[in-house]
Order: sequence, then C-alpha cells, then structure tokens
Amino acid sequence: MSANGLLIIGSSQAGVQLAVSLRALGHAGGITLLGDENHRPYQRPALSKEFLQGIITKESLIYRTQAYWDEHRIKVVKNERVVRIDKHSDGSGVAHARSGEVFGFDRLALALGARARRLQVEGADLPGVLYLRNADDALELKARVPVVHDVVVIGGGFIGIEAATSLRKLGKNVTLVEAGPRLVARAVGPETSEYLAKHHAENGIEIVVGAQVTRIVANGDAVGGVEVNGRVVPADLVLIGVGVVPNTELAQSIGLACENGIRVDRYAVASDGMTIAVGDVANLPNPVPGAPEGDRVRFESVNNAIEQAKVAAYAITGRREEYAGIPWFWSNQGDLKLQIAGLSTGHDRTLVRRDEEKGRFSVLYYRGDRIIAADCVNTPLDFMAVKAALAQRASIPYDEATDPSIPLKSITRSETA
Amino acid sequence: MPTITYTDAEGESRSVEANVGDSVMETAVRNGVPGIVAECGGSLSCATCHVFVDPSDFASLPPMEEMEDEMLYGAAVDREEFSRLCCQIKVTDGMDLQVTTPKTQV
Ligand SMILES: Cc1cc2nc3c(=O)[nH]c(=O)nc-3n(C[C@H](O)[C@H](O)[C@H](O)COP(=O)(O)OP(=O)(O)OC[C@H]3O[C@@H](n4cnc5c(N)ncnc54)[C@H](O)[C@@H]3O)c2cc1C
Ligand code: FES
Repeated sequence: MSANGLLIIGSSQAGVQLAVSLRALGHAGGITLLGDENHRPYQRPALSKEFLQGIITKESLIYRTQAYWDEHRIKVVKNERVVRIDKHSDGSGVAHARSGEVFGFDRLALALGARARRLQVEGADLPGVLYLRNADDALELKARVPVVHDVVVIGGGFIGIEAATSLRKLGKNVTLVEAGPRLVARAVGPETSEYLAKHHAENGIEIVVGAQVTRIVANGDAVGGVEVNGRVVPADLVLIGVGVVPNTELAQSIGLACENGIRVDRYAVASDGMTIAVGDVANLPNPVPGAPEGDRVRFESVNNAIEQAKVAAYAITGRREEYAGIPWFWSNQGDLKLQIAGLSTGHDRTLVRRDEEKGRFSVLYYRGDRIIAADCVNTPLDFMAVKAALAQRASIPYDEATDPSIPLKSITRSETA
Repeated sequence: MPTITYTDAEGESRSVEANVGDSVMETAVRNGVPGIVAECGGSLSCATCHVFVDPSDFASLPPMEEMEDEMLYGAAVDREEFSRLCCQIKVTDGMDLQVTTPKTQV
C-alpha cells in the first residue's frame, strides 16, 4: 500500500466509528477522516433534545479530544467538501475538494449521511424557516429561540416531535402539523402514535394530523405563519422536519449502485467490491435474524452507524464479520423516553402493556409466536428485556406477557431445542 | 484536577484528568478509554456505559434515579452492588474516582 491509506468522507457517527474501530482492531495504515462541516466531529442526537433545551453544552457533543486523534494517527480534516472523485479499478484514487485541495486514497469509505428533505412549498425560503440536521442548523435555531413565541413544526417524525417538545419546554406556543394520519407512522405502530400524541397534547402542544400545508406566509420580511388546511397558524418560527435524503450523489458519480442509499453487502462493501459505505447513506441487507431473504433496509440511527462501521472495520482488516446487534433506537420527547428494539415490519399481532399510574407503556410486536420488536415508553425494563430476547433468539410468550406487572425478563425463554 | 481511574476487566488501569461538570462517561469516551461504549451519548438509553464503582467511593456519589436503576438491569454484564451507568455520574471538584469496566458492554 502507498502512504495514502484510507480516506473516510463524512466525519460523523459512522465515519468516526469506522476510524476508531480500525485503530481498536490494530489497523496500522493511514486514516484520513474528512468532513465538510466547520466543526470538530460531533454527535447529532442531542441537537433536538438536550442541546436545544440548554441542558448540555456544545463541548459535550464532541466525540474525541484532539489528543486522541493525534495519538491514534487519525488525520481529521474539517470544512472540506468533496465535489469529485477519480477512482481506479483497484479502489484507489483521488478526491477533489471544492477548495481545490486533493486527497489521495488507497481505499475509500463513504460515510456521507443524509440531508434534510426540503419542503417544496411557497414561502419555504423565508427567514425564520429552518431545518434541523446539523450543528449549524441547531445553532441558528438556538439563537432564535429567545426572541420567538409561536412555533409551527412541520412533520410529525422523530425530529419534529423532539424539537416540538423541547421548544414547548422552553415555553413556546408550539403547533405540530403532520400530513399523514398519525405521528411517526414510519417507525411505530398506531397504539404508540396515539399514546405519544395524547401525552404531548396534554403538555400543551397543538397537534394537527392530516395537515395539508399549502404555503408559508410572510410577515414583513420574515415568516409570519403557515397555511394549514386553509387556515393560517401564526408563527414567528417554522421548523421543517419532513425526513431526509441520503447523500448518494458522489457514489453515483463513480458508478456505485444506489437505490435509496448506496447498496452494500453484508460487509458494508459497495457494488465495486472495494468502496465501503456506512451509516445513514448505506442501503444494506436487513440484518435482523430471520428477516426475509433479499429484504433491504436503510437505517437512520446511531446504533446502525456504529454497528455497520464495526462490520466495515472488520472488512477492511480482512475479516468477514456480520452485523451482530439488534437494531434499536431511542427518542427522548420531553419527559417521555421512547426506546425501540427490533423492527416491527411484518408483525401480525401486537400486545399493549400499560400502567397508567406509573406512566409506563409498551407495545410488543409478534410475527406468529415470535416476538420481533417493541416500542417502549418510560419502560426501560421492557426495552432491555426485549432487546436481550431478540439478541439471544429467545421467546417471550404472548399469553404470559399481557400483565404489565410481570417483568418480561422473568418469562423470557431460550429456545435451545 | 479531578481524576478518574478506569480499570478494565483484565486489571489494566488508566487515569484521566477530568473536567468538572463532564460525566465520567464523557471523560472516558473523549479520551478513548476502551471498555465504555456509550452508544446513546449519555442520554440514559443504552446501558453501554456500565461501570463498577470502587466500594469506598460509591457512597460519596449522588444516588441514582429510578430510570438508571432500571436500565442497569439490562446491562450486558450483570449488575452488581456497586454498579452505575457512568453517563449519570458528574465529575465534581476534587473528585478522585476509581471505576472498573465490565468485560463487555454489548
Ligand atoms: C436532530 C437529530 C436527532 C437525532 N436523534 C437520534 C436519536 O435520538 N437516536 C438515534 O439513534 N439517532 C438519532 N439521529 C440520527 C443519527 O444522528 C444519524 O443516524 C447519524 O448521525 C448517522 O450518521 P452518519 O455518519 O451515517 O451520517 P451523518 O451524521 O449525516 O454524517 C455525514 C457527514 O458527512 C458530511 N458530508 C456529506 N457529503 C460530504 C462531502 N461531499 N464532502 C465532505 N463531507 C460530506 C456531512 O456534512 C456530515 O457531516 C438524530 C439525527 C438528528 C439530525
Ligand atoms: S451512555 Fe447510554 S446509558 Fe449511559
């Protein structure tokens, strides 16, 4: 190998983990971790939660000290956006940044992530209409918080709800509008959606589902409101969270197969057999044990970024290790902690465990007799029990799980034949 | 400066100078102490920041809240009497804390 080593484009959750895991595995080759943001590599999840609420500071978001990067010989490059890649058939090549800087590589890893989907509606470019994907977005949002009163959040997905609850906590009037019939329909079942909606409404967030946003209206030079179902909801801040688009353009330009993300195999290797793709940008074979053959997924989660980066680190060091963990996700929404274990797609039965008094709520998803996932609200014991059961391929009998006072752990059975 | 000493399951120790207000988890992760994964970045959602606190230090820490207590039951290595999730332990002035990390966090 020449001195160029591995170039990782995208220095966030997946890129950072890949670099760190490679060094942990004893990989000695050069590693450059390059990103286009003008910040030290940082974690995103708190941007809509603890950071927005002012509970933690910017410093808490930083992954590693400079001393760590130096000691592990990982060259961190910020504020460089790659605009073109020349790649040879052996996987090596050169990446060209917008600044004119060039970065040679022996092997390439794409950890490009995803960007906020833009809302195509009149007025979406008015000052005061914001998105929330990166630190700059969060800093702008935070800077406006002290001077705004009425917020409309467009999009009832995780980020929309998290931001709405954070802004509500900060004392704002918050309206959350969702085009579909219920909140986070993509990730949780109707029982969970309903539970979340009820709780957030009780805490003073006005929630409108089936909301058609026809335009964003101006008040002078800035935003003044959002026209929803024919009525204008006043707003001096509009936050749009209508999903993300994977950043596949560079991959496409070098001929890698893309389809809702960069297509990779079980070892995080793209269609050229050399280039690595990990994190939100990657479209991978469904890693859940027992998933239908040929099924593919693209995750948008910290857990996936970490797991897939580890798999990729093994692949780079010549070991073929598959995804080990069970996909999981968390979303802190005001005083609710939602934790999801597994993937509920393909379930045919659900079971709701509810303890109104203690404010606990969880939904277990079954396919036949097999538990495949759970949504747990303020019920970490259920979450942990289901996550463990899925990892061990153990069973939690449906009929025994109906009583919420019985710990799931106590009825989990391993299925060794 | 406050100091945290992390000892891994094999008995290898590393002391790190910590900043007041950071968590014991952040201190470990930012300095690349192996043995603490902290997938959720401290939001008390993952239980991959499990540590065994030195018994003589345990009582000096503020007690844990119910959520941490529950999460601990899901840690990869079974909890023990002096277990904590170290993202919930804040570094304080003059702290000199000894913790041991479990064999695995996931
Ligand atoms: C507000 C918010 C809250 C979240 N909350 C949670 C949560 O509670 N739980 C959870 O599991 N997940 C959460 N997520 C999702 C999680 O943060 C992502 O899944 C994770 O960041 C994905 O990591 P990644 O490295 O794949 O991509 P990204 O984090 O998107 O990073 C990709 C990086 O590549 C850079 N890049 C792109 N193109 C180029 C280029 N051409 N040249 C150079 N650099 C480039 C980007 O600017 C970016 O810095 C949240 C995300 C957001 C935005
Ligand atoms: S870092 Fe996730 S629970 Fe402590």
